[in-house]
Amino acid sequence: MTMQGLGQRIGFWIGAAAFIALAFAMALVIRNEYVFFAGFVILQFIVLATAWNILGGYAGYVNFGTSAFFGVGVYTAVFLLKAVDAPLWIQILVAAIVGAALGLGVGLLTLRLRGIFFSIATVAITIIAETLITNWKFVGGATGVQLLRPPVTPPFDSYIKMLFVIAAVMVVIAVALARHVQNSGIGRGLRAIRDDEIAAECSGVPTLNLKLVACALSGALMCAAGAPSAMYLQFADPVSAFNLNYSVSALAMSLIGGTSHWIGPVLGAILLATTQQLLTVTISSEVNVLVLGVMLVLFVVVAPEGIIGLVRRVWRLVRRGTP
Amino acid sequence: MSEALLRVDGVSKRFGGFTALEGISVDIRPGERFGLIGPNGSGKTTLINCISGVLPSDGGSIRFNGEDITRLPAYKRTRRGIARSFQVPRPFKSMTVLENLLVAIDFAVIGHGLSTRQADAEVFEILDKIGLAGKAHVASSQLSQVELRKMELARAMAARPKLLISDEAMAGLAGSEVDEVLDVLLKLNAEGITVIMIEHIMQAVMRFSERVMCLDAGRVICEGTPQQVMADKGVQEAYLGA
Amino acid sequence: MFSWELLVDAIVLGAMVGCFYAAVSIGLSISFGLLDVPNVAHPALLVLAAYGAWLLGDFDIDPIVAGLLLMPVFFVLGVLLYRTYHETFEKRGSEAGVRGLAFFFGMAFIIEVGIIMAFGVDQRTVQAFYIGKSIEILDVRIPMRMVVAFAMALLLSLALTFYLSKTFLGRAIRAVAQDEGALRLMGADPVAIKQWAFGIATAVVALAGALLIIVQPVEPTLDRAYIGRTFCVVVMAGLGSMSGTLLAGVILGVAETIVLTMFGASWAPAISFTLLLVVLGVRPQGLFGR
Repeated sequence: MTMQGLGQRIGFWIGAAAFIALAFAMALVIRNEYVFFAGFVILQFIVLATAWNILGGYAGYVNFGTSAFFGVGVYTAVFLLKAVDAPLWIQILVAAIVGAALGLGVGLLTLRLRGIFFSIATVAITIIAETLITNWKFVGGATGVQLLRPPVTPPFDSYIKMLFVIAAVMVVIAVALARHVQNSGIGRGLRAIRDDEIAAECSGVPTLNLKLVACALSGALMCAAGAPSAMYLQFADPVSAFNLNYSVSALAMSLIGGTSHWIGPVLGAILLATTQQLLTVTISSEVNVLVLGVMLVLFVVVAPEGIIGLVRRVWRLVRRGTP
Repeated sequence: MSEALLRVDGVSKRFGGFTALEGISVDIRPGERFGLIGPNGSGKTTLINCISGVLPSDGGSIRFNGEDITRLPAYKRTRRGIARSFQVPRPFKSMTVLENLLVAIDFAVIGHGLSTRQADAEVFEILDKIGLAGKAHVASSQLSQVELRKMELARAMAARPKLLISDEAMAGLAGSEVDEVLDVLLKLNAEGITVIMIEHIMQAVMRFSERVMCLDAGRVICEGTPQQVMADKGVQEAYLGA
Repeated sequence: MFSWELLVDAIVLGAMVGCFYAAVSIGLSISFGLLDVPNVAHPALLVLAAYGAWLLGDFDIDPIVAGLLLMPVFFVLGVLLYRTYHETFEKRGSEAGVRGLAFFFGMAFIIEVGIIMAFGVDQRTVQAFYIGKSIEILDVRIPMRMVVAFAMALLLSLALTFYLSKTFLGRAIRAVAQDEGALRLMGADPVAIKQWAFGIATAVVALAGALLIIVQPVEPTLDRAYIGRTFCVVVMAGLGSMSGTLLAGVILGVAETIVLTMFGASWAPAISFTLLLVVLGVRPQGLFGR
């Protein structure tokens, strides 16, 4: 490893530790619970967008099924709660495993096909999963299920603050994974797949295997992101757990932020999720989906490299401007 | 006579009702310069797609270096030593020339244990040989046609092949550029790499090849020295009659 | 539980529903199947057209007439959509896949939310003399609205099959699907032909949307169910096959009706998607593809 690479790695982990410490400090100091209600959702979207980008951004396979993985995560938690009263960390861990398995399954079924078929198949998985849950009485069926939070463990004084810190840890795990994929050989292989799959295969890239790895990783993170949602809302129903808005959000956040670097989805998620939180409170949830859709279309047409691309362009202009 | 490096035995390929290849058999010796010609749609590219694993063949078998590779996926064939270029260049557009070659080194040369620096050094050595040394850090989307052709050959070389298949690497190039690419291929062959050249430009194939095979409508119509093939009635008909 | 009578009922009704499914899918069969445009906004356009027919219904215009009136509007809409897609994605080549898909996905959401904001989430229906009545065919009671939709669907499919195989432009569209380069050599402009074809495909959606609101009440998010139905039909048919589209529609219609009668409505949304996954997994080139 080069010195520069080592420096960057140390910098990243210092930043990550500072981020978790900040989240923790916020939970101890800030009284207003609403901050954590909104903050949790924003962090959750960072995980979803980062997860989406591993397959969609690096490998160029557009996943419309974020909501399928998210919903399966929610219901994995619900099932574990109802069946064995499992603690939160077990719910998240099992959801990640289920998500990886689901990703692998979906991948095996469709990744041999051209991109759009994969995309449509992911919509199919969403609706099928939703229908299965709707018809499964044990987890509440169509009407949904009320859930009771267990008592909160110190040092936290409220459950929502604990969820907020857990979401912060999940953000770090997700971003670290995405960053690792991007900087390792896998990342270069996935980029080769996105640019030209046949040329990649003929250059020795095991395209199917790499795509399966990306799909499983991405699925695991999405499912894990869904799991704490059950405890967050204290309620789960199929229509909201499998809401396609999660799919369009994760995709839009990645593309708007920029898909070529792990920071892109993080920026996109912070920007859009914060806007969404404000819009939902001040105007209506329809308007925020509309804003999301319009931003998505605008960005893919006008700024195909996303915010990262815009920043790079401005940076180049500034550097040329100074003598 | 030495053992064949590549043995194609009765390979067939159909697309729906259309037979693209019918029972093609050919042996390629180690170190040979082999030319593959034929009119448009005669099955040349389909044949090398079957050899490189881009398409599965419907019948027959392919052996490489004594091993049956008929059912292997393309990337495993590349790792065993079959590298190719494409008729229409297929660069990794978002990457620089250097990165394009690193993909092949990273993935095709298994267990190379090369450090980043060694891998870079190997890439520069190849680029130097092929005449692209100054372009290593240029985005591959910025390359000219002849540079793209050369980069494809360079990327194939980065996989450390025993057999290099060049699919019309000279199509669309000017006369002097054709000579440049031809020189590159001759140089690689001199280092012991077996080369299959598919080409439309007759002069280039005939100058390059020790042995030539002509396909027409998915069948072998003639095989022999360049002189024999040029003199063959069937070959003349295939080209003039079409 | 099981009776032959019910099964016959389901098959007859399913076949009619299936022809209707073919009609709503045929536009996608052109835009995606023939032109290779990843038009995931197709079902949203379909619902948009249904709302158009509903609006015109306020002026006592018959839904089918409304569909016909909407056709030129949707033709222009389709041309604009394709133009934007071509200029921004197809031309750039690299990465068109990801961004093109995201573009149409975003458009679908904009249409859906636009409808919600303009007309609310309530279900909408239309009035016509044939809605609400029913007739008996082969001892099976069939709602008159299904018969009308069935007849129009059949007519539409036949007209398009004729158009694509017998007229000059139709043949050009099929040629552009097979070999763009060859067409260019013949002096034709493939982009202009694709633009025309996309316009036709979208115009067909206008009429299909009118059939949709004749067959069932519409709501803004109805397009989600039709993502499954339309893509299932088009993929099962084998991309771009018109006669295949009709048969695939019937297979889906019968499958849906049978599952519905045997297991209940709560399973309905998954049927088309499951069938689609099975086709993708087992025979991705479709029933009639090569």
